[in-house]
Amino acid sequence: MRADPADYRLVSPGSLQGVLSLLAAEPAQWLPIAGGTDVMVLYSAGKLANRNLIDIWNIPELRQIEVFPDRISIGAASTYTAVRNHNVVAREFPLLATAASWTGGIANQNRGTLGGNIANASPAADSLPALLIYDAVLTLISVRGERRVPYRTFHTGYKQTILAADELILNISLPRRFSKYFSHARKVGARNAQAISKVYLAALGQVANGAIRDVRLALGSVAPVPLRLNGTEKMLTGKEIAPSLIDAARKSVLKEIRPIDDIRSTARYRSAVACNLVTEFLAKLAAEGATA
Amino acid sequence: MNPSPAASTKCEFSFTVNGEAKNVLAHPMERLLEVLRNDLGLTGAKEGCGEGECGSCSVLLDDMLVNSCLIPIAQANGTSVVTIEGMSAHSLMKPLQESFLECGGAQCGICTPGMILAAAHLLDKKLDPTLADIREGLAGNLCRCTGYMQIFEAVAKAARGRAAP
Repeated sequence: MRADPADYRLVSPGSLQGVLSLLAAEPAQWLPIAGGTDVMVLYSAGKLANRNLIDIWNIPELRQIEVFPDRISIGAASTYTAVRNHNVVAREFPLLATAASWTGGIANQNRGTLGGNIANASPAADSLPALLIYDAVLTLISVRGERRVPYRTFHTGYKQTILAADELILNISLPRRFSKYFSHARKVGARNAQAISKVYLAALGQVANGAIRDVRLALGSVAPVPLRLNGTEKMLTGKEIAPSLIDAARKSVLKEIRPIDDIRSTARYRSAVACNLVTEFLAKLAAEGATA
Repeated sequence: MNPSPAASTKCEFSFTVNGEAKNVLAHPMERLLEVLRNDLGLTGAKEGCGEGECGSCSVLLDDMLVNSCLIPIAQANGTSVVTIEGMSAHSLMKPLQESFLECGGAQCGICTPGMILAAAHLLDKKLDPTLADIREGLAGNLCRCTGYMQIFEAVAKAARGRAAP
């Protein structure tokens, strides 16, 4: 049943202070809407429970991308188009640029935002594994002030986050220390474009003197939250990439993931593909990582 | 959890559509697609899926390709919107129309306005697009008739025609 627009309010304070003041005055009553690529889908289907929306699309502080010597700060309402076209993102954070280019079609990339992807907290979101392995730090803001939190602590369960009722994500900060890593991403879905992932891998690695010096692995759609494979990474570090190590890595991946059956895939398929994607990455890392 | 909302009141929104200034009275959450079709009589943008997956409601909003089914009218306030009806003034319209005709890029026509707008948006940004560029540029627009190859060829042909001296 289609929603009736007369049942919904949408206010546009037009300034960050205006938005934060309203969120503080009536906590948990207002749902922020930026590009609308998640919110409007629910609304159109008549499934948007929250009847009060607050527009954060044209808040300048949320749209800035700033480059510092040691980090890049991406305003939370930066679109996928802005993210993928930014030269520092494209050069130093290819896994994020790639994820942005694989999210929806061009029209949705022109409206969908990185902060929206984080706040919406889908375990199938393609940009989130990249943020995990790039050690992203979020700045959350409210009238009470700002706090900086490691992104890896943001999701506490399926669609659950630490964002307080009066808070917004202000920006996403990435340290500029991954440009020398070998990087690899792979999306497995029903169709290249538009389709939501069945399994998604983002990975970084460095090989020195034949052994893995550092490796970072994150998977989408295999757990209630985007998942960093800490145990598997630890097991791989310092080792030479050989068939026996790959076998051990596959076993470790299966211990860390918690896939489910849903409309897009099955737990069994996701387990097999997650192992295959990690295997593929390790083979590529062995072949190409030493020169990166 | 939610308070029973004070019934939303209609507000006046002003924006430019195909170069003409327009004022509409609407609820802020009314979708741009409905305002274009029902209030302004511009029925070129179609409703297909209503969830941003099919691209049949594509329009240009401040020169950006968007799905008008996902835009609340309040967010279109102060913007400039171009629909397929306004594309007749665009320099790419004639070559795109001709190449779609020649290549069989239009059959039932439901996706065609969105395909033309997505193609124009791509060709405005890329002078000499590869097939991969064309596939990516049109990936958000679904067609259930052609199987896509005729559409990709039509866009490539329009691009080649433009690049020729």
